[in-house]
Amino acid sequence: MHFISNSIVIRQATVSVNGAPYFKGQPSEFKDFAKELYQHLGITYPKFYKMDNLCKLAFLASEIVLKDQDGEDIALIFSSKEGSLDTDIQHQGHIQDENSFYPSPATFVYTLPNICIGEVSIRHQLKTESMFLLAEAYQTAYIQAYSDFLIESGKAKKVLCGWLRMLKDDYVAQFYLVEKQGNIAHQINNIEQILNK
Amino acid sequence: MKKVYLQDSNILSPLGFTTAANFDAVFAGETSIKEHSIHSKLGNSYVSIFDQDRLANLFNQLGISNDSSRIEKLAIAALKPLIDKKAPGRKSLLVVTTTKGNIKALADSDELNTYIPSLAKHISNYFGFVTEPLTLSNACVSGLMALSLAKRYIQMGMFDDAYIVAFDEVSTFVQSGFQSFQAISTEACRPYDALRKGVSLGEAATACYISTEKNSDSIQIAADSSINDANHISGPSRTGEGLFLSIQKAMQEADISADEIDYIVGHGTATLYNDEMEAIAFNRAGLRNTPLASYKGNYGHTLAASGLLECILMATCLRKDTLLASKGFETLGTSEYINVLVNNMQAPIRTALKTASGFGGSNTALLLMKS
Repeated sequence: MHFISNSIVIRQATVSVNGAPYFKGQPSEFKDFAKELYQHLGITYPKFYKMDNLCKLAFLASEIVLKDQDGEDIALIFSSKEGSLDTDIQHQGHIQDENSFYPSPATFVYTLPNICIGEVSIRHQLKTESMFLLAEAYQTAYIQAYSDFLIESGKAKKVLCGWLRMLKDDYVAQFYLVEKQGNIAHQINNIEQILNK
Repeated sequence: MKKVYLQDSNILSPLGFTTAANFDAVFAGETSIKEHSIHSKLGNSYVSIFDQDRLANLFNQLGISNDSSRIEKLAIAALKPLIDKKAPGRKSLLVVTTTKGNIKALADSDELNTYIPSLAKHISNYFGFVTEPLTLSNACVSGLMALSLAKRYIQMGMFDDAYIVAFDEVSTFVQSGFQSFQAISTEACRPYDALRKGVSLGEAATACYISTEKNSDSIQIAADSSINDANHISGPSRTGEGLFLSIQKAMQEADISADEIDYIVGHGTATLYNDEMEAIAFNRAGLRNTPLASYKGNYGHTLAASGLLECILMATCLRKDTLLASKGFETLGTSEYINVLVNNMQAPIRTALKTASGFGGSNTALLLMKS
């Protein structure tokens, strides 16, 4: 039996950690809220400003859940419905018009959803197993079983699971950390409570 | 832990419409990378793309209707022969992978038709899977990671068997992005070569079927690992750390040492930094003398399809005791020695390593073994 040791939900400029209120920002566009939360966390990480919105969201959620966990053997299993569509639309905008055809490498690199796994891995030095899944809705049973497998088979010590939605300022991040110790049993009903399913 | 074996496979590429046809084409040293104009603003590009008439004929033969997008039809056409032979059961898993799916729909502002989960659902419904598909998108390791993921779900006991389909198209979307990165070759790509100039993009759809059933010529998926570089989102690690660790962990799982690996099919995109990174990682893993090939010179980089396509060809190499050469390679162009194959070779091979690396710092290593 494994446990959920820590969880976070970010939506509508509000952050809750383990079900309790953690931070409330001003109602604003995501990028402004992201900056507000970043400043609230008191970190200095200039790369943050280069990230696209999906990466900023995954970064901020991970930052809070993985506090004091740098360099640990934590696998990352992130999933989403839209993947990188938010940035795909921007890149398409750069190439849509023949008369203003300017693809930008700084945008294009974010047209892969797993880039946010890269950003979180770099930040927390996670040379670990990771994977980005796409699905209509969070695949609780699949991901629960897979997280248990990663820990039991010794492929990871802990697993950070994350569900991400990011499209045109509509955003949600629901993350939880699975490990051998904790207060909440790593069971479908408990995961779905975090996911508000 | 349960043992999982590769059973059946299919490759649809510009070089052929079966695994056997593709193996023969690569054995003959063929390449499908040619000069094409895919968009007026991109100039001429060296890409590997399907002949439209041949592809339309294939869809017709297979009875795949016209109300699907081209990429859906490609995925269905790749899977169909496997499912015609063996229909999915109640505990069969479908794993779908693509990096950009039907991204072409975005040019018509048709956002809904770019959703990859919808694409996966369509494929799943077409074949009547009763279980929900797993869909992953992990840049250039996607195809190989999909095979690894399916193997793990069978080992977990959650499924009896699995069908995996990996596919991507050549698009202005991706070609323009790689060109903006200045990562595109001005000729057909030349993996590991001193004169390599970058990637050539390609398109393909690949499918395979795996289960725990052992036959006389079964190839075992012996071990697999996917470790992130935690170094840079687009640049390969200078130390090859993630790839090195992935290979190490795969060797540990299979309980073998480096000298037991008889052949490596690398990622070999032909960018300066990727191939250099691989050479460093292979050296660190004790594999500098192991015969190595990249098949990107035959197909270009088919993104999500590439890892699975190359792994399936590698399985055929094991069955035939044949090591396919690295197309486009003449003179070693990496700072550390690697044993890149200039010519095909006949030799008994028992264990082979497939690797892939991609944006986001992702790496996958997977070992196939004759049982």
